[in-house]
Amino acid sequence: MEERIGVFVCHCGSNIAGVVDVKRVAEELGKYPGVAYSTDYTYMCSDPGQTMVKEAIKEHNLSGVIVAACSPTLHEATFRRAGRAAGVNPYQVEIANIREQCSWVHQSDKEAATEKAIKIIKTMVEKARLDEALDPIAVPMTHKALVVGGGIAGIQAALDIANAGYETILVEKGPSIGGHMAQLSETFPTLDCSQCIMTPKMVEVAQHPRVKMMTYSEIEDVSGYVGNFKVKIRKKAAYLDRDICNGCGLCMEKCPAKTPSEFDEGLADRKAIYTPFPQAVPNKPVLDREHCLYFTNDGKCGVCKKICPVQCVDYEQEDEIIEDEVGAIVVATGYDLYPIENLGEYGGGKYPDVITSLQFERMLSASGPTEGEVKRPSDGKVPETVVFLTCCGSRDPEAHMPYCSKVCCMYLTKHAMLYKHKVHDGQAYVFYIDVRTAGKGYEEFYTRAAEEDDVLYLRGKVSKIFQEDGKVVVWGADTLSGKKVEIEADMAVLGLATVPNAAARELANMLKIHTDEWGFLAEAHPKLRPVESLAPGFYLAGAAQGPKDIPEAVAQASGAASKVAHLFAEEEYHREPIIAWIDEDTCAGCRVCVSVCPYDAAEFDDEKGIAVIKEAICEGCGACIAACPSASAQQRNLTDEQVYRMVSAALEG
Amino acid sequence: MFEPRIVCFFCKWCTYAGADLAGTSRKQYPPNGVVVRLNCSGRLDPQHVLWAFREGADGVLIGGCHPGDCHYQDGNYKTMRRAAFLKRVLSDMGIEPERLHLEWISAAEGDKLVNIMGEFVDRVRDLGPLELAHAGGRGNGGAKPADKPAATKKTAAAPESAKGAEKPAARKS
Ligand SMILES: Cc1cc2nc3c(=O)[nH]c(=O)nc-3n(C[C@H](O)[C@H](O)[C@H](O)COP(=O)(O)OP(=O)(O)OC[C@H]3O[C@@H](n4cnc5c(N)ncnc54)[C@H](O)[C@@H]3O)c2cc1C
Ligand code: FES
Repeated sequence: MEERIGVFVCHCGSNIAGVVDVKRVAEELGKYPGVAYSTDYTYMCSDPGQTMVKEAIKEHNLSGVIVAACSPTLHEATFRRAGRAAGVNPYQVEIANIREQCSWVHQSDKEAATEKAIKIIKTMVEKARLDEALDPIAVPMTHKALVVGGGIAGIQAALDIANAGYETILVEKGPSIGGHMAQLSETFPTLDCSQCIMTPKMVEVAQHPRVKMMTYSEIEDVSGYVGNFKVKIRKKAAYLDRDICNGCGLCMEKCPAKTPSEFDEGLADRKAIYTPFPQAVPNKPVLDREHCLYFTNDGKCGVCKKICPVQCVDYEQEDEIIEDEVGAIVVATGYDLYPIENLGEYGGGKYPDVITSLQFERMLSASGPTEGEVKRPSDGKVPETVVFLTCCGSRDPEAHMPYCSKVCCMYLTKHAMLYKHKVHDGQAYVFYIDVRTAGKGYEEFYTRAAEEDDVLYLRGKVSKIFQEDGKVVVWGADTLSGKKVEIEADMAVLGLATVPNAAARELANMLKIHTDEWGFLAEAHPKLRPVESLAPGFYLAGAAQGPKDIPEAVAQASGAASKVAHLFAEEEYHREPIIAWIDEDTCAGCRVCVSVCPYDAAEFDDEKGIAVIKEAICEGCGACIAACPSASAQQRNLTDEQVYRMVSAALEG
Repeated sequence: MFEPRIVCFFCKWCTYAGADLAGTSRKQYPPNGVVVRLNCSGRLDPQHVLWAFREGADGVLIGGCHPGDCHYQDGNYKTMRRAAFLKRVLSDMGIEPERLHLEWISAAEGDKLVNIMGEFVDRVRDLGPLELAHAGGRGNGGAKPADKPAATKKTAAAPESAKGAEKPAARKS
């Protein structure tokens, strides 16, 4: 069919017409092959302008429309709507940008601007000549979300999605939800007790009618794509029926086997059958097979089974695989502390009184192993001098992590302050590179520590720590006075770097979502799409994406949840159809496209022996098209043929 | 004065938006370039560039997002490698590699776009018109190649049969 393209040249008042000879442009284009109608008008985007376009479409039976006006970012959508209303497919309506990229930038050379405007419009006519009628790709969608990770970020995301009206599965690998926030004592900058603000949220999410909470569970497999994921979740054997268990706690009381508590960071023991902490949600134990005497000692124990009043202990229980379908996945797998073993200069974990920041949190916690009293681990003595070290493993590109862990300055300030509140005549030192307090109320918090609580801040790095004669000796430098400092302390607290959760990278690999070089989840755009993964249908929340404090983790979680709700607001999922396709006749099956596709949308079809594009995930970047040696990969409405024609038109005359 | 013809391949997320910003700020630059808007610089096939030279371009400017900012992750890294490759091909063909320029220009860098445009046009003007030995270029009396490259009628055969039936020969001395 001979294409019948209409060209509509906008004056934009004098914005275009003041420089470009619009009459001449419309006239020239009228003579161009394939152009059935060409005209100009003062304001094409105005109501009468749009009506003019619509009427011309009908009157001249146009098959394509070029509006030569401002940038497509401004009115492409407007004119595509107008086109559709008059019977032209929206993807056959194109904008020729003769304002931002012509009249406004060549104001002093009207002749050249007019010539260039003609060329610009011709390139778009050439494109439109081969534009196909397209429809957004509609794919069915499961309106149910999966949230992985039950820290504060995951809990907040699950609550927000559920409150927006959608079913949500919350999967947590540990026996209880809560994550690191549940371990914290009091929280900066307000010093409210972490448990007090955390536990109500934990209970709320557990009881939410639209949330299915699965603790002690892990993601086994995810397949499918946005709107249509199939997930397999491994519910690990707890060796007791947690549905029947009433949480009486008798088994935990009587269990004879002990092992260091992960929740208390090794400062206290837990039993082999245990809940990680008294306010755990669900408040029902799991049995840790590795430390259970029944399992390690040939079935000789069995106390818990004997004592359980509801007979829920089941040593034969096996892992269960639960399958489900979801439309969107929020990853909120959180962080770990940088291993203390990597810091040989600070003892690498071999000195009992050189502890991690999370250990100190447990020590400060009223429900912790020391019931909130600061006592050094080696002998239980109240330390008279404590040294706090920021940047242990952070901001050290040579030996450790190059980035700033963001929260350490603040929590060590909190630590020093809380220590001083508990040990009034104690001395707290904080070694720092810079004190970073960017956050609401943060600088004030730091000033309070330094001025009201007499915390002594020393600018410099600590080169070595060792324990000698019951003292923790700290060698450092005060770069402000230029002096070396040696402190004989009773205890040192290391502000270890925040690193991604160990299991997060593995999970990211399985989900095929990208991470940065350290394993933090990568956002789709560092500024404008901070809660989305590049892989469609995956959203990010919390410290899994980068070091974060609680308010930020919560805000990001709510952001991710709103993105999910946004996605679910439609019955079906609609994608831009400007994507790649493969010519089955010419594809030689070389798989170059498969290797260059950043989204795993190009796939090798074993049966056909060629590549296929998964329409539901292709983002239309065109990487495969440029890479295809046989030009079998093409982009809808931006085929190579179209590019060639546009180039030729740009150089004509 | 010789006015070079320039084809600009700009990614729509960064450089194209940077060019829009230059417009909104009414910055002025020479009108020699016409922009072909691609969704990503990584969409650019080296053959598009060769085609531009064959069709009479004196210079080709590629604009993409800064490293790490590509909307599609790493399309611009692919472009970077392709541009390096193309420069070698061009010089093999007797075309000065400086006629091809790749620049990272963000949506906020209207000024940079203006500067690069100005510098590039000057540079190509200094190089003079590109005279290819055979069809296409104005240097050959404006003869046009008969066909567009057979981009959509592809065969799985060797690249030279894929597009551009005749290859531009070495430069006339
Ligand atoms: C010592 C210290 C003190 C701090 N004090 C403060 C403070 O006072 N104020 C403040 O604002 N911030 C503070 N922070 C920061 C705060 O801890 C974090 O901002 C917050 O805990 C981040 O929450 P999250 O949900 O992103 O991650 P996490 O709390 O780490 O939760 C992640 C959850 O995901 C689970 N998970 C991980 N991988 C998987 C998987 N593959 N499958 C299923 N589940 C998985 C984990 O078990 C965990 O429960 C402190 C941090 C430290 C280290
Ligand atoms: S999107 Fe701009 S270079 Fe890829």
